[in-house]
Amino acid sequence: MSRFFRGISILVILAFSAISIAEEVSKEQIKGLDEQVQDIKKDVLGISAELNLLEEKLLYPSNTQISLFVSVSEKDKFRLDSVEIELDGKAVAHHIYSFKELEALQAGGMQRIYTGNVRTGEHELKVGFAGQSIAGNEHRKVDTYSFRKGAAPGLIEIRLSGPGVNTKSIEFKDW
Amino acid sequence: MHGKIFRLAVLLFVTHSAIAGEKERLELKDPYFGEALYYAHQGEHFDAISRLDTELKQYYGVDEPQLDSLYFHINEAEFSVGDFELSYRMHRRAGRAIQAVIEGNVDPAVRNEAIFRLARIYFQKEQNVNALHTIERIEGDLPSDIVNDVAFLKGQIYMVNGKFAEAEKIFQSLENAKSHEGFAAYNLGVSRLAQEKEEQGISSLAKAGQVSGKDRAVLAIKDKANLTLGSRLLEKGELQAATQYLERVRLDGPFSNRALLGLGWAEVKTEHYDRALVPWSILAKRNVTDQSVQEAMLGVPYSYGKLGLYGKSALNYGRALDAIGTELDKLDSSVKSIKEGKFLKALVREEIKKDRNWVIRLRELEDTPETYYLMSLMASHDFQSSLQNYLDLEQLRKRLESWDENYNSYEDMIALRRQYYEPLLPGIDAQFRKLDSVIRLRLEQRDRLDARLQSMLVAPRPEFLATAPERIAGEAIAKLEKRIGKEQLRAKPDVAHRIDRLKGYLHWNIHTEYDERFTQAFQNLYALDKDIVRLKEIYGSFVRTRQAATQSYEGYDEQIRRLRIKTRNALGTVETLMARQGHMLEVMAVNQLVQRRQRLEESQVKARFAMAESYDRATMSQSQPPEVKAPDATSPAAENGSEKSQSAGQDE
Repeated sequence: MSRFFRGISILVILAFSAISIAEEVSKEQIKGLDEQVQDIKKDVLGISAELNLLEEKLLYPSNTQISLFVSVSEKDKFRLDSVEIELDGKAVAHHIYSFKELEALQAGGMQRIYTGNVRTGEHELKVGFAGQSIAGNEHRKVDTYSFRKGAAPGLIEIRLSGPGVNTKSIEFKDW
Repeated sequence: MHGKIFRLAVLLFVTHSAIAGEKERLELKDPYFGEALYYAHQGEHFDAISRLDTELKQYYGVDEPQLDSLYFHINEAEFSVGDFELSYRMHRRAGRAIQAVIEGNVDPAVRNEAIFRLARIYFQKEQNVNALHTIERIEGDLPSDIVNDVAFLKGQIYMVNGKFAEAEKIFQSLENAKSHEGFAAYNLGVSRLAQEKEEQGISSLAKAGQVSGKDRAVLAIKDKANLTLGSRLLEKGELQAATQYLERVRLDGPFSNRALLGLGWAEVKTEHYDRALVPWSILAKRNVTDQSVQEAMLGVPYSYGKLGLYGKSALNYGRALDAIGTELDKLDSSVKSIKEGKFLKALVREEIKKDRNWVIRLRELEDTPETYYLMSLMASHDFQSSLQNYLDLEQLRKRLESWDENYNSYEDMIALRRQYYEPLLPGIDAQFRKLDSVIRLRLEQRDRLDARLQSMLVAPRPEFLATAPERIAGEAIAKLEKRIGKEQLRAKPDVAHRIDRLKGYLHWNIHTEYDERFTQAFQNLYALDKDIVRLKEIYGSFVRTRQAATQSYEGYDEQIRRLRIKTRNALGTVETLMARQGHMLEVMAVNQLVQRRQRLEESQVKARFAMAESYDRATMSQSQPPEVKAPDATSPAAENGSEKSQSAGQDE
């Protein structure tokens, strides 16, 4: 029994020594700091939005701006592996998709794969993609699209579909 | 008890909202909104908010927003930005944005959805009374896809405000809703137990423990229901029933350790020590940083002792002591490493965060004692949110640093453009001015021709359409007439006759060919118009290009200067906040580990006593017949607080 009490007294001493060195963090401190973090996030987001507009004006003026967006058809769940894009014969984008990116596309997101500058007038896009059907079969397609770039910014959506869908594998939409 | 139940319900909300978040795909009419969704679906909330903020800024800045493609998504965009802000842990801004929607002139269904979202923010921030007052403001129509979500949230809010009877009614109505199956039954069970409707509560929890589905969240709620029910029955002494529910908890699920521990206790309570050894032996081999595992490590020798196998008991206590000793060393090196600042460095390792299970990977890294206990630290909400803030601040710091570097590149680019365009533009402008005056003159001429032709439609003027040779001939005849003079012409009638014939010839041609010439004149004007359209296109294109040339280097200096100051100020603030947040994390981690150390030391002391006792008994048993009963002081329950272990299900 005496061993038991000795054990308890050691524990009490240990507990007190631990308390004496511990620095406490209060709920108020956590909340206060959290609010400051929220404030700085707001400030940085403000800078980011301003910077987006500046970059757009500086790097991609509206009369020459062209943006290409990739989306996938919601009708089937093929696995998109990669996309390659040529604009007027020049390779401008090549992207290999992670699962996370593919899931984001399948959930309805659109990826801005390229933003650049072109003259007003006629242009040609060549898009190729590689993927796999649900059954695991390889699925590769290439298609071209001609469009006219006017004075306003050009926005073109490239919609990709798997082999199971009764539509074209690559559809273009000039917004 | 109620407090524990409330905490459970709150935790459940997070799990459930992940399921409820899966909505039908939106038909997109604005690619930039789609881009924001693309980022949001990947958890890149900063980029999602930034994109959408930029779009909203442009939308509200245009004169005719109804012509903007975001017009079709404006309500979704406003809500989405609030959602993204919530996900980015910006509750205050999200709340304000949603409040603005509620106070705006919007459709009642949209307003109700906004109220629902605001109530959810209050609920998540544990502002329970505000959440209650807010959710009760919902009146009338709701968008069909959120009807069940609203009801579920209302039930949860009632629970945290102690209104269990009201909560029970709501969860009862949701029991058969496929999207909330399991979750509604679980909360129904908890609210019934809170009203002391024991039998009904148990039956609801049992139902929640048997829902079908392979989704991770559904499997987790099944486990949780079975663990809660098993622990509750264990407390009540209904050991057989408790065992039945605890056995249903998956062996590889997040609640498995506590279920195994409970199973062992159920057997110990019925004095089936040999059976208790089965779950506890499995548990004792698991990751020793877990508290249930540490408890099982003492439970195994305790059971051997009760079975009279004192030698084996002593050996197992010895193993437990070794493990505890190793664990204490690990804790010491963890604390030391954290105090040396290595913990914060490990948290921001880029290569680790590319992995979805980065918290687990961190723990498994060699020679990084600072992260051994990260998983268990993550169980604390305060630690988790502080860690997230720290990681967010690190992300902000990297962005700000990269922007600060970009400003230099922009300035270089602007300087190069200025260098190229400035010497060229005066010459081009002078040339353009000349061309511009010629173009204007020609355009005026075209307009005069058009006006004249239009007037000739009303009052025909054939002489206007005379050809150049006809005009020359007419002038020559007139001159001849003048030179001969009127007197002479009267004197020479043959000459006068000839002149009249010539004039008549001209007159005949001009008047008889008038219609044809008039049509031809219009055709020529149309042809001219085509050229003028092309001319205007080239003119417009030149003007735009000329403007773009100036705009490519003019007017940025002030904007970049302002942005640079803002960026540097923000960077300073971020670094200060990171230091404070980092220190807070270190303190929280060290405090946790010190507490854990204390508990382990308690176990160590008790295990030493128990081991000594087991050795004594083993020695005695060699000379005497074995005693089955061991002293209570060696019970791991007495050592580690069995009550706490048994009610693990409610002790989240």
